[in-house]
Amino acid sequence: MTNKEAEIYIHIPFCIRKCAYCDFLSFASDEGTRKRYVSALTHEIAAACTELRGKRIRSVFIGGGTPSVLETGQLASILEMLFRCADIDQKAEITLECNPGTTDREMLSALRSMGISRLSIGAQSFQDPLLKTIGRIHGSAEIRKCYDDARRAGFENISLDMIFALPGQSLKDWKEDLETAALLGPEHLSAYSLILEEGTPLFENRAFLDFPDEEEYRDMFYAAGEILDRFGLHRYEISNYARPGKECIHNVGYWTGVEYLGLGLGAASLMKNRRYRNTSSMEEYFRNSESPEKIRTVEEELDLHDRMSEFLILGLRMTEGISAEEFTSRFGRDLTEEYGRPMEKYLSLGLIKKENDRIFLSEEGIFVSNTIFADLL
Amino acid sequence: MANTDQSHIRNFCIIAHIDHGKSTLADRIIEMTGLLTQREMSEQVLDNMELERERGITIKAQAVRTVYKAENGEEYILNLIDTPGHVDFNYEVSRSLAACDGAILVVDAAQGIEAQTLANVYLALDHDLEVFPVINKIDLPSADPERVVNEIEDVIGLEAADAPQISAKRGINIEAVLEDIVQKIPAPSGDASAPLSALIFDSVYDSYKGVIISCRIMDGTVRKGTNIRMMATGAVEEVVEVGYFGPGRMIPCEELSAGMVGYITASIKNVSDTQVGDTVTDNDRPCAAPLPGYKKVTPMVYCGIFPADGSKYQDLRDALEKLQLNDASLFYENETSVALGFGFRCGFLGLLHLEIIEERLEREYNLDLITTAPSVVYKVYKTDGTCIDLTNPTNLPDPSEIDYMEEPVVDAEIMVTTEFVGPIMQLCEERRGQYLGMEYIEKTRAVLKYVLPLNEIIYDFFDALKSRSRGYASFDYELKGYQRSPLVKLDILVNREEVDALSFIVYEGSAYERGRKMCEKLKAEIPRQLFEIPIQAAIGSKIIARETVKALRKDVLAKCYGGDISRKKKLLEKQKEGKKRMRQIGNVEIPQKAFMAVLKLDDE
Repeated sequence: MTNKEAEIYIHIPFCIRKCAYCDFLSFASDEGTRKRYVSALTHEIAAACTELRGKRIRSVFIGGGTPSVLETGQLASILEMLFRCADIDQKAEITLECNPGTTDREMLSALRSMGISRLSIGAQSFQDPLLKTIGRIHGSAEIRKCYDDARRAGFENISLDMIFALPGQSLKDWKEDLETAALLGPEHLSAYSLILEEGTPLFENRAFLDFPDEEEYRDMFYAAGEILDRFGLHRYEISNYARPGKECIHNVGYWTGVEYLGLGLGAASLMKNRRYRNTSSMEEYFRNSESPEKIRTVEEELDLHDRMSEFLILGLRMTEGISAEEFTSRFGRDLTEEYGRPMEKYLSLGLIKKENDRIFLSEEGIFVSNTIFADLL
Repeated sequence: MANTDQSHIRNFCIIAHIDHGKSTLADRIIEMTGLLTQREMSEQVLDNMELERERGITIKAQAVRTVYKAENGEEYILNLIDTPGHVDFNYEVSRSLAACDGAILVVDAAQGIEAQTLANVYLALDHDLEVFPVINKIDLPSADPERVVNEIEDVIGLEAADAPQISAKRGINIEAVLEDIVQKIPAPSGDASAPLSALIFDSVYDSYKGVIISCRIMDGTVRKGTNIRMMATGAVEEVVEVGYFGPGRMIPCEELSAGMVGYITASIKNVSDTQVGDTVTDNDRPCAAPLPGYKKVTPMVYCGIFPADGSKYQDLRDALEKLQLNDASLFYENETSVALGFGFRCGFLGLLHLEIIEERLEREYNLDLITTAPSVVYKVYKTDGTCIDLTNPTNLPDPSEIDYMEEPVVDAEIMVTTEFVGPIMQLCEERRGQYLGMEYIEKTRAVLKYVLPLNEIIYDFFDALKSRSRGYASFDYELKGYQRSPLVKLDILVNREEVDALSFIVYEGSAYERGRKMCEKLKAEIPRQLFEIPIQAAIGSKIIARETVKALRKDVLAKCYGGDISRKKKLLEKQKEGKKRMRQIGNVEIPQKAFMAVLKLDDE
């Protein structure tokens, strides 16, 4: 991957209310905190973007939390600073995450005109009781409204986040959700399975909740593939589906080793073969955001071995998998020599497939991908 | 310094059921006789192995010499010989008793007589020891000393009306015990000018002094320069030092003569040369015959011990070698397992001994071990007329070559309150016990006598006994001999491959049940893998039980965005680490603890 390209992630850690399954860095906030945050963030942008000198930014992703809880003007000042400090490609994909119930048409129009090109809507489900179980603030009506507003505002690239394996969710519920979502006609859809994270309310109450069993889970995954395919959304990664050409550039960057700079509270970066993360303490962030070095902790220094295994375990997440040739050109090593043994094992078990130069997970392989990845570390 | 003529020496031990307060009383005696202040005493001076203190039991016999000024104004040397407190070490107990002239019987004022109380008293009386009772823990709210006095008189037949009623823990009435020691325990006899005969009741290895022999001089005198000979092993060495045991340290002296208890060092390199029970004599002027009662201890229980990490094999060998320096009853030889690689087949006196060694290897030598199911020693009579001692199930000859097999059995005494007689009898029946009889000790308590196969009691009998009697049953046994039994080898196949380390010998009538439980247990222990794994139990080529570990159908299919790549990798790393700790059998990964699963098959 050429080092001339990079991506930017911006974290907005605010929400109206935290959802029952969420373990991200996000929380409810007051107006004053948001104001201080935006100011601290613009300072960080100004200081940190000097590290991107000479790099063309191919995508920006403003995630959270719920970035749309910020005022339009606040988002505008963040973007303005970004455009001033970084070399953002004319055709860059600029995504903003938003949640139904926090947007209106006027706001979305403003965002579109500011240069946001892609909207990722946290729909999760169209079944109101399920939305309630997982602690969302919206119902299905708000999703539709948010979606319609976005279209009217001129967004031509919309993604919906959907979630399955929820407590009390049947296969039928999920199929209905998929169809409802697909009928809206989004360019992109993410279908994540619920992960019970320690410390979340859902985790604490797990004993009283009825989760789909393993076979239902598999059926749900299959249903996503089938139904979405029917609507022209093809799977391009374990949990992601898109119309051809509408795959999320930003996320594909994560899976193919593109450098990225994370800005904002708790944001993670991959720069110069080093993975680091910003502080998650708001106090510390406010104090030192203009000296980015001070708020960072290095999580990993990637040596050749790390980079090779990341190439595999991230690359194999994608349906098109990895290219043996690219492995060689990137690392100057032969894939078979380095990983021949586990590769052979999974090929013989039918969990990995090989077509010409490309190696990718079979559908069965996707189900046990963690086991395979652990072997490739 | 106290008088050292024989009339002012008392050699004694304390006997008790476990937890009745033996070690605490020993501490009080040492403290009261002024050799250590309370502050200097770490709790329970005699139990000085870390493990002993944790488990609250004595593993090795030890001795301590103190001086007591009696009410008559004279000073007496008190040699207290501590005895191991577990049935595994019965032989060591008997040798310690043989070194004494009397014994203090400690009985818990609340619990009264228990199985080990009886067993120990009989053992002491067998050695012609003068036994006097002491009633301990009178400070407990549930103490009922009068009942216990009656029990001691009725059941054991010892005079107990005047028995000191004490609290060793609180130091109440310890003087009475000390006076009884002087008055009731006879002074040693023996001729200091006769040829030397000394009884070894313990020996330990010290890296500076070599083997330190703990002994009781029966006749004669030993001093620096004496050429001593161990009569059973034949080892001859010149004495470097003699002395006695102060609390926590050794105090050298000129000589040890008849009636005294002390130690001898003689640059001996190996404890196997100085076996407990052997007689030390003067090589230049030997006694006519060794002291009675010596026997070579032989392991009763064997198991395979393997390093979890194959590269630690040499470390394990070194550790076993070091432990053996101090423990002549520990046996080991090389063993190679298809499943577990290079390791050792080890022999032990019993399951406790096994556990202790295992813990010491793990704790003191920092080794991560895989232990296979313990096995007793079977006698296999072959059709060609020969007989082999089978210590490893893997070595069982082909059934066509076997005429018949014998297994070791024990005489067991179980003491239990009458309400639990039913459940305990049922347990003994389940364990193939032959009922010998029942005696009532008092209205509410009885002793059940059974002959039980050793292989039925080595795993979990004690736990089962406790759980079925709500903790009230106590248990003692001794090896009786061998009896013919229909026995078979049960093999375990994982993914159709036999796992040698999981084979075991079992009574034919229990084979189906054990095979079924073993398969269930392994099913629970072996994590699902990418393909289906059959687990089968087989006798010869006949499959008698089967379970299946279903193929792994899914992992969690999470999203993976930029912010959690590091975290995700850590989780995968953990998964990989977990795999490393497993044993690869064919294509299947088996966790280490699965090899111990066979130990816990009782549902109780």
